[in-house]
Amino acid sequence: MEIKVLGNKDTRSGFGDGLTYLGETNPNVVALCADLTGSLKMGDFKSKFPDRFFQAGIAEANMVGMAAGLTIGGKIPFTGTFANFSTSRVYDQVRQSIAYSGKNVKLCASHAGLTLGEDGATHQVLEDIGMMKMLPGMTVINPCDYNQTKAATIAIADHNGPVYLRFGRPKVPIFIPENTPFEIGKGLLIQEGTDVSIFATGHLVWEAVEAAKVLNEQGISVELINIHTIKPLDEKCILSSVAKTKCVVTAEEHQVAGGMGESIAQLLALKNPTPIEFVAVDDKFGESGKPLDLMKKYGLHSSNIIEATHRVLKRK
Amino acid sequence: MHIDKINQLNSFCSQVRRDIVRMVHAQNSGHPGGSLGCVEFFTALYKEIMTHSPTPFSMDGHNEDLFFLSNGHISPVFYSTLSRSGYFSIDELKTFRMIDSRLQGHPTTHEGLPGVRVASGSLGQGLSVAIGAALAKKSNKDKCLVYTLHGDGELQEGQIWEAVLFAAANKVDNIIATVDYNGRQIDGDVDDVLSLGNLKAKWEAFGWCVLESNGNDIVEVIETLNKAKELTGKQQPIVIIMKTEMGFGVDYMMGSHKWHGVAPNDEQLEIALNQLPETLGDY
Repeated sequence: MEIKVLGNKDTRSGFGDGLTYLGETNPNVVALCADLTGSLKMGDFKSKFPDRFFQAGIAEANMVGMAAGLTIGGKIPFTGTFANFSTSRVYDQVRQSIAYSGKNVKLCASHAGLTLGEDGATHQVLEDIGMMKMLPGMTVINPCDYNQTKAATIAIADHNGPVYLRFGRPKVPIFIPENTPFEIGKGLLIQEGTDVSIFATGHLVWEAVEAAKVLNEQGISVELINIHTIKPLDEKCILSSVAKTKCVVTAEEHQVAGGMGESIAQLLALKNPTPIEFVAVDDKFGESGKPLDLMKKYGLHSSNIIEATHRVLKRK
Repeated sequence: MHIDKINQLNSFCSQVRRDIVRMVHAQNSGHPGGSLGCVEFFTALYKEIMTHSPTPFSMDGHNEDLFFLSNGHISPVFYSTLSRSGYFSIDELKTFRMIDSRLQGHPTTHEGLPGVRVASGSLGQGLSVAIGAALAKKSNKDKCLVYTLHGDGELQEGQIWEAVLFAAANKVDNIIATVDYNGRQIDGDVDDVLSLGNLKAKWEAFGWCVLESNGNDIVEVIETLNKAKELTGKQQPIVIIMKTEMGFGVDYMMGSHKWHGVAPNDEQLEIALNQLPETLGDY
C-alpha cells in the first residue's frame, strides 16, 4: 500500500459521517447519545433523522439498557458517548443486557486514550479494549484514521452481534485510501518487510508509519500491519507475518495489560513463541496536557516504536 | 368476572405455587419468597391480560405484548408460568438450576429459552431495556404494550431512576411497570435496609401515572392491569405499586424476609404442598 497523506481529520468525524450514511441507507439503524452529540459528531444524524435519534441525557446506564431493548423489534442501535462512559461506567449493563443477552448493539466510543488531552485521566480511558475484549461474543474495533473509522462504522451495521467501536478526539493524518474495504477481523497490510513485524492499532498506526520510515532508512525492513479488529484477532495474518520476520512490536494507545499486544502475545505463546515488545502505557493513569506531549511522556510516540524495534531485533 | 373464571385462575395460581416450591426444593437453591408473592401477577398477565404467542416464540415479538422481568431472581414463578402457558415443556421445570439446563438460576436468552427476551439478575436494568423495546414498538407502529416487574428493593438501584426520568420526559406511554411492593429484601425490611420513603409520591413527582393494587387478589390484579391498559396512550408511562406478601400461600414463608433465597427441606416441602392443592398436575 502506498502511504500518502490525504488530509487531516478526527476519527470521530469518520464515525459521524458513517452514521449519517447508515441513516440514509439502513432504516433499522437508530442512534442514542448521552449528552455528547457534538463531541460524537452525531448532530447530522440527529437533524436528518430526528425520529431515529434518542437523547438519553447524562444517564449512560439507561442508554445502554434502552439500546438492548431497541434491538427487540429489529432496530440496530448505535450508542455514542466517550470511551470511558461506554465501558467502565456501564460495564455490568453491557455485560448482562447486551453481551450475555446477545443483543445487536453497536457501542461507539469517542475520546479514547491519552489523546483526549487536557481533560485528564478521569476521561482518558486506557483499559477499555481489555474490558470489552473479555466479554464473550463482543467484537472490538479500533480504526486508525477518518476513512477507516467511517468504513468501520458502516461495516458493523451488517455484522449481527455486539460491537465495541473505539475512536478518538484529535485531528490525525488520513492515509487509508477512501475505497479500502473494511473487513472485520482482517489485518490490513500497510507495508511489507522481512526484519520485524509491527502490529499497530488506532492512532498508533500513524506513529508506526512514521517509525517505519526511519527504520527503513536505517536499513531495517519493517512489515507494518494495521490490526483494526482486536477481537476476533486475525491469527492467520499475524502468524504468517511472524513466520517471516521472527520478532514483533505492538503499538496501541492503551494499557499494556488487556490491550491488543496482550492478545497477540497470547496467540504467539500458544502457536509460535516469538520475541515481542509492547508500545503501550505501562500501568499508569494519564494526565492533562497536549496530545503530542502526552504521547511522548507515556511512551506512545514513533520514537518509542523505533526504540522497541531495536530492542526486539537484539532478542531475535 | 365470572366465578368459574376466577376459580380457574386461582387453580392455576395454586399449581404455579406447587411448581415453585418443588423447583427450589429439588436443587436446594433458588428464591421462593418473592416468587410466591407474585404468582397472581404472572397468572393475570399470561392467562388474561397479554396478547402473546408462545409458539413459535419470536424474539422481536411484533404485534405481541412483551414482558420483562427485571428482578430476575424470582425466576421460578416466571419459568412455571411460561411453561404452563405453552412456551416450553412443563417437564423442563425439573432442570431448574441444573447443569446443561435452559432454566438458569436467573433468566437469560443465552440458552435460547422461549419467552425470555433479555438476561436479568443483576438488578436495575430491566426498565431501561423495556423502554427501549417500547420505543421500538412506537417506531414500528406496533400498538401492543410492554410490561415489566421490579422488586421494591431493586428500586434502590440508580439506573431505575435514570429510566423513570427518561420514560416520563419522553412520554413513553406504551409501558406498564409494576413494583412488587412486599417490603422485604435479603438483609431485612426495605424500610430498615434503605427506605424508599413515599414511593407513590416519588413516581408521581417523576411524572408517572401511579396505580395501586393488592397483588395477591387475582381479581384486583386483573382489574388494575385492565385499568392501566386503558390509561396507556395518554402521554404518560404507568406504574402499578402492587402490595404483595412475600411467600404468599405457604404460611411459614409469610411475614418474614428469611425465605427470600432459601429452599425448603423435605419436611417443609411436604407442609407447603399440603397447603397448595394440586390442580393441573405436578411435573
